[in-house]
Amino acid sequence: MNSSKPAGAKGLVAEVVRKQYFWGIIAIVLLLAVNVFKDPSYLAISISPTDGNLVGNLIDILRAAAPVLMIAVGMCLVVATGGIDLSVGSIMVVAGAVSMELLAGSNAPDSLGAAFIAIVVALAISGLLGAVNGVLVSVVGLQPFISTLVVMLAGRGLAKVITGGQNTSAVNEPFRWVANGYAIGIPVVFVLAVLITIAVGMLVRKSALGLMIEAIGMDAKAARLAGLNRRGLLMTAYISSGLLAGVAGIFATASVMTVDVSRTGYQLELDAILAVVIGGTSLAGGKFNITGAAIGAILIATLDKTVVFLGVSSSATPAFKAIVIVALCLLQSERVRALFRQRRIQRPTGTAATKKETVSA
Amino acid sequence: MSTTTATPELKTEKSGNDVFRWLKLHIELLPTIAAVVIFVAMIAYGQIAYGGILQANTVSNLLINNAHLIILAVGLTFVILTGGIDLSVGAVIAFTSVLGVILMNQGWNPWLALGLMIVIGAAFGAVSGILIQYFNVQPFIATLAMMFLARGLASMLSTVPERLADDSPFLVLAENFKIIDGPKVNDLIITPGVIIAIIVVVAGFFVLHRTRLGRTVYAIGGSEQSAKLMGLPVAKTKLAIYIISGTLAGVASAIYTARLGSAQNITGIGWELDAIAATVIGGTLLTGGAGFVLGSVVGALVLGLMNVLITRDGGIPPEATTIITGGILLVFVLLQRGVLAKKRE
Amino acid sequence: MTASVPIIEMKGISISFPGVKALDNVDFTLYPGEVHTLMGENGAGKSTLIKALTGVYAIDEGEIRVLGETRRLSGTADAQDAGISTVYQEVNLCSNLSIGENVMLGHETRGPFGINWKATHAAASEALQKLGLGHLDPRLPLSTLSLAVQQLVAISRSMVTKSKVLILDEPTSSLDAVEVEQLFRVMRNLRDQGVAILFVSHFLDQVYAISDRLTVLRNGQFVGEYMTAELDRSALISKMIGKDIASLRSLDSERARKDHPHDEAPVYAATGLSRRGSVEETDLQLHAGEVVGFAGLLGSGRTELARLIYGADKPDTGSVAMRGETVDVKNPAIALSKRIAFSSENRRDEGIIRDLSVRENLILGVQAKRGWARPLPRKEVEAIVSKYLVELGVRPADPDRPIRNLSGGNQQKVLLGRWLATKPEVLILDEPTRGIDVGAKADIQEQVAALADEGVAVVFISSELDEVVRLSDRIVVMKDHRKIAEIVNGPDVTAESIVTTIAEEGVTADSTPQGAHS
Repeated sequence: MNSSKPAGAKGLVAEVVRKQYFWGIIAIVLLLAVNVFKDPSYLAISISPTDGNLVGNLIDILRAAAPVLMIAVGMCLVVATGGIDLSVGSIMVVAGAVSMELLAGSNAPDSLGAAFIAIVVALAISGLLGAVNGVLVSVVGLQPFISTLVVMLAGRGLAKVITGGQNTSAVNEPFRWVANGYAIGIPVVFVLAVLITIAVGMLVRKSALGLMIEAIGMDAKAARLAGLNRRGLLMTAYISSGLLAGVAGIFATASVMTVDVSRTGYQLELDAILAVVIGGTSLAGGKFNITGAAIGAILIATLDKTVVFLGVSSSATPAFKAIVIVALCLLQSERVRALFRQRRIQRPTGTAATKKETVSA
Repeated sequence: MSTTTATPELKTEKSGNDVFRWLKLHIELLPTIAAVVIFVAMIAYGQIAYGGILQANTVSNLLINNAHLIILAVGLTFVILTGGIDLSVGAVIAFTSVLGVILMNQGWNPWLALGLMIVIGAAFGAVSGILIQYFNVQPFIATLAMMFLARGLASMLSTVPERLADDSPFLVLAENFKIIDGPKVNDLIITPGVIIAIIVVVAGFFVLHRTRLGRTVYAIGGSEQSAKLMGLPVAKTKLAIYIISGTLAGVASAIYTARLGSAQNITGIGWELDAIAATVIGGTLLTGGAGFVLGSVVGALVLGLMNVLITRDGGIPPEATTIITGGILLVFVLLQRGVLAKKRE
Repeated sequence: MTASVPIIEMKGISISFPGVKALDNVDFTLYPGEVHTLMGENGAGKSTLIKALTGVYAIDEGEIRVLGETRRLSGTADAQDAGISTVYQEVNLCSNLSIGENVMLGHETRGPFGINWKATHAAASEALQKLGLGHLDPRLPLSTLSLAVQQLVAISRSMVTKSKVLILDEPTSSLDAVEVEQLFRVMRNLRDQGVAILFVSHFLDQVYAISDRLTVLRNGQFVGEYMTAELDRSALISKMIGKDIASLRSLDSERARKDHPHDEAPVYAATGLSRRGSVEETDLQLHAGEVVGFAGLLGSGRTELARLIYGADKPDTGSVAMRGETVDVKNPAIALSKRIAFSSENRRDEGIIRDLSVRENLILGVQAKRGWARPLPRKEVEAIVSKYLVELGVRPADPDRPIRNLSGGNQQKVLLGRWLATKPEVLILDEPTRGIDVGAKADIQEQVAALADEGVAVVFISSELDEVVRLSDRIVVMKDHRKIAEIVNGPDVTAESIVTTIAEEGVTADSTPQGAHS
C-alpha cells in the first residue's frame, strides 16, 4: 500500500503515481495497448447510425464493468472494517431471481410500475441478506468469512428455490433499459454505476462514516474505547454491500432479461475482492480507497474482454487474474520493496514483536 | 485443544462420574462429538424414514463417492488448524485431473502421470506457502491466486470433458473389490481409492498427533507468537502445511479422476468450500488451534450422507441442498462459538 | 558465584527504530551462577536489550558473544541453540495445549511410533518437579492453571532445553507475595546449579532480595554495572532517573497541601459496582475539581474498576448516578455521551489508532459523540487540532503525520487531547505517564492538576505510587479486586504508607490466589 506520507502539493500526477491504483491504471493501458496491437481499430468508437448511440469496444468494457463496479464498492467498505463479504455473488443471483420472477409474474412488458416494484423488492431482499451478514458478524460475533460463506451457500439455494430451479426469463422494456439503454449515447448502466459509486464515495468521505469504518478496521478495540458504535458501523457496511450487490444483480440480469441461477454472479465475489485489492485497500482492513476499487473493477472488465478478444477461452481468464494478483502482492510485500529500495530497514522479525515494541521498549 | 493424543489413554482411565469432569476439561471435543451424534442421528432417521441406509452398498457408496472429499478435508484440517485457509484445492483438482488424463491419453505411463499430478498439487501448495510465509500475503489472497491460476490453466488445456480410455490401467484406482458378497447388489465394496483415503486419514492423524510437525501445527494455531518465541520452526511448518494440502489435492484428483473416468476444467468448483465446511462441522476452529482429522472425516461423511438423504427423500428440492449445507454450517459454527465462550469463563 | 568466564558478553550494542534510538552503545555482561538484574525506567531499553539477546531484534552495531564466541542471533531458535531461554511478562505458551506439551514442545521424546506421549509426559513431570510443581498433571490443559503457575511452567521449559542462560522479563508483575517467593526459590536453586539468570523487575524489594549484580540503563544508554550489595536504594533510583535524591524530594506533594472541601453532590457516584472475576462490589464517588488516585498493584482491580466506570467492561451489578441522575453506562459510547472519558493503560492497542493521522486521532472522540452523520465541520476540526497540539505541546506539531510515528509521550498527549476535546466531566487516566520520557511526563502531570482546577473530576491511575501521592487529593487503594481503603491525601501520606496499607491489609486472609482461572 502507499506509505501514507504527508500530502505534499506536488501536483495531482505525483499524488496519483504514489497510489496503489496507479498500477491498476498502468495495467488497463497495457491491456488496451495489447488489443490495439492486435487490431489497430480497437479503440475506435463510432456513432451508431440507427439510434445515435456510441458503439465500440471501450463502450462494451464500460458496460461489462458496471456490475463488478457495484460489488467492488460494497466489498471495499466491508474489507475496510476488517471483514470480507463472500455472499455478494449469491445476493446478485437472488436479486436477479426475485426481479425476474416478479416481472414474469406481472407479465406487463411495458409497465414502468412493474419494473419499479421488481427493483425495489429485489433491493429490499438484498439489503435483508446483507443485514443477515451484519447480524452474524456484529451481534453473534462470527468471523466474517464464515458468516458470509453461510449466506453465500444459502443465497444461491434461495435463488434456486425462488425460481424453482429454472432459469427464469421475463419481458419488461423499462427493466431491460436499465442495462441496455443509452443516455446521451452512453450506456445507462455505466452512468448509473458511476453515479452510485460517486454517491457512496461522497457519503463516506463527506460524513464521518469513512473515518469511523477505517478506525474499526484498523483497531477494533481502540475504536470501541474511543466511543465508536462498532455494531452499527458493521451493520451499515454489510447492508451497503448487500444493497450494492442487489444493484449489480439487477444490472446483470437486466442485460439479458434472464436469471441463470447457477451462473449469474457466480464467483463474482472473487472479482470484487480482487478489484478492492488492486485498488490498494488491504484485506487486513483500515484505509480504503473507493476510487481504487472502481479502477480495479474496470481493470477486471478490461481483462475479461481482452482475453476473449485475443481468442483465448473465457474460462481461462482466471489464470490472467492470478498473474495480476501475484504481481500486486509481490509489489506490496516488504521483501520485494526492500529489494527495490536497496535500503536496509531494521525490522523486528515477526509482527508480534513489533506489537510489543512501544508497549515495553 | 489439549493433547488429543492423550485422550485415548485418559478415556480408559476415567469412567462413570469422571466422564463429566473429563468433558469439562475437553470441552473443545464437544463440536466433534456433536458431529458424530448428528451423523448417527441422520443414519437413524434415514433408516427409519426411507430404509436401506444401514446396508452394505449404501455405506460402500458413501465412502466411494466421498473419498476425494475426505482427503481434501484432511489437508484443509492441517491448514485451518494453523488459522490459515486454502481455497485452491478444488481448482488444483481440475488442473491436475485434466492434465493427467490428457497425458495418459497421449500415451504417458499412468503411474508417471499420477506422480506428476501429485507433484503439481504439491507445487501449487508450495507457491501458496511461499507467498504467505515469505511475502506476507494473506492466505486467503495467496490461495485465491492459486485457485485462479489452476482453474485458468485447466481451461487452457481443455474446456471439454476429456475421457480416459476405457482400458486405462489408471482406472484400477476405482475398481470395485467385494469384501462381503451380500444378497443381490447389497455388497460391501471397497476401491483402492477408498483405501488410499483411509491411509491418508491415518497418516494425517499420525502426523498431527505423533510428530513434532503436527504439534507445531497446533502450537501455531494456539498462538503463532508463542510458537515463535518457543523456538519452534514456524516458517517451515507453515510452508509444509500448504504443501501437504496441495499434495493431498493431487491425490484426491487422482482418485476422483479414476472414479469418473474423465476430467474437465470445471471439475471441483466449490469443493474447497465443501472441504472447509466438512472441517468446520467436524469441530476444527476456523481460528485454529483446535480440531481433529477424524472430526473432519465425520464432517465430510455428514455432507455426503446429507446428499444421500435428500436424494432418497425426493420431496426436498435438490435446489435446497446448499441452503441445508449453509444451515448445518451455521449451526456448527454457533456451537463452536458457544464452546469458546464457555471456555473463556 | 562469579566464575571468571562470562557466559554472555554484549559490547557496544545499538538498535534504532524509525525515529528512536532504542539502544545506544550499551554493554552487558552475564556470568554463570549469578542473578543479574537489568534496571531502568520504562523506555530505558531493557526490553530492547533482551530482544537483542533473544534474537527477536537484529542489532545495528556491536557484538554479542556467548561463551567467548561471537554469535549472530537471528530468531528465537538461534538463541535457544545458544542455550538462552526467555520467559516473558506475558506468558508465551499455547493455552490450547496441555501443560506437559507446553513444557516439551519441540523436544518431545520420540519412539518408533512417533512421539511417545508417556515418556514425554514423564519428562515434563520431571522438569516440573525440579521447580516444585511435581503435583501438576502434565496431561491437563494449560488453561486450568493460574497465570503465576503458567509462568513457572514457562520456566520449566528451560529445564528441558538445559539452558545455561535464563532471561526473566518482569515475571513477577502479576504474582502475589507467596508466588514470588516460590519463583525466587526456583531462581536461587537454578543459580546454584550454575545457570546465569537475567532478571527484570520494577519492584525494588524483589531486586534487592534476589540479585547479585545490577546493570542500569537510562534512555537507551548504559549507566553502569554495580554489585547489588554495594549500591543502596536511593543511589540506584537516582541512577535510574538521572536525578539525585535531593531534587526528587523537592517535588513534594503539592496537592496534599491543598484544602479540598467537597460539600456539593458528587459528579459521579457508583454503588455496588462489580464484575465477576475483576472487581468486587465497590462504592465510589467522584467530585468536580478533585483528583482521585487509584493505587494498587497490577491486577489489583484498579484498571478493572476504571473500565467499569467507562463501560469498557459491562458491570454485573451496581448502579451509577451522575449529578444525582441514574445512568446505565454499559458501553463506551454511552459513557462518552454522559461526559465520561477514559484513556486506557494500553496506549498502543486500546488508545491510539496507529494508522490514522494525529488529526484523525484527536477528533475521533468528539466525532464518535456526534455520530457519523454529523461530521465535524473542517473549521472546528482545525480549531481542536491547533488548540490541543499547542496546549499540550505535541512534537512534532504536524497533524497529518500518522500517529504511529510519534514518540510514546506525544502519542499520550494526543490521546489526552482526544478526551479533553470531548469536554469530559469525569476523566479517567490509566497509566498516562507509563513508558514516556520525563519531559512529557511532567507536562501530563501538569495537565492533570490544571484540569482539576478547571473543575473536571479526574481519576489518576499509576503504578508509580509517588506520582499518585503527588497528584491526588484522595487515594483509593485496591487489592485483590477490592477497594481496601480510601485515604484523603495529607502530609503524612507517602508512597511507603500506601505500600504498608496494601501489605498489611488482610494478611490473615491472603489465601485468595490471584488470577486463578477455572
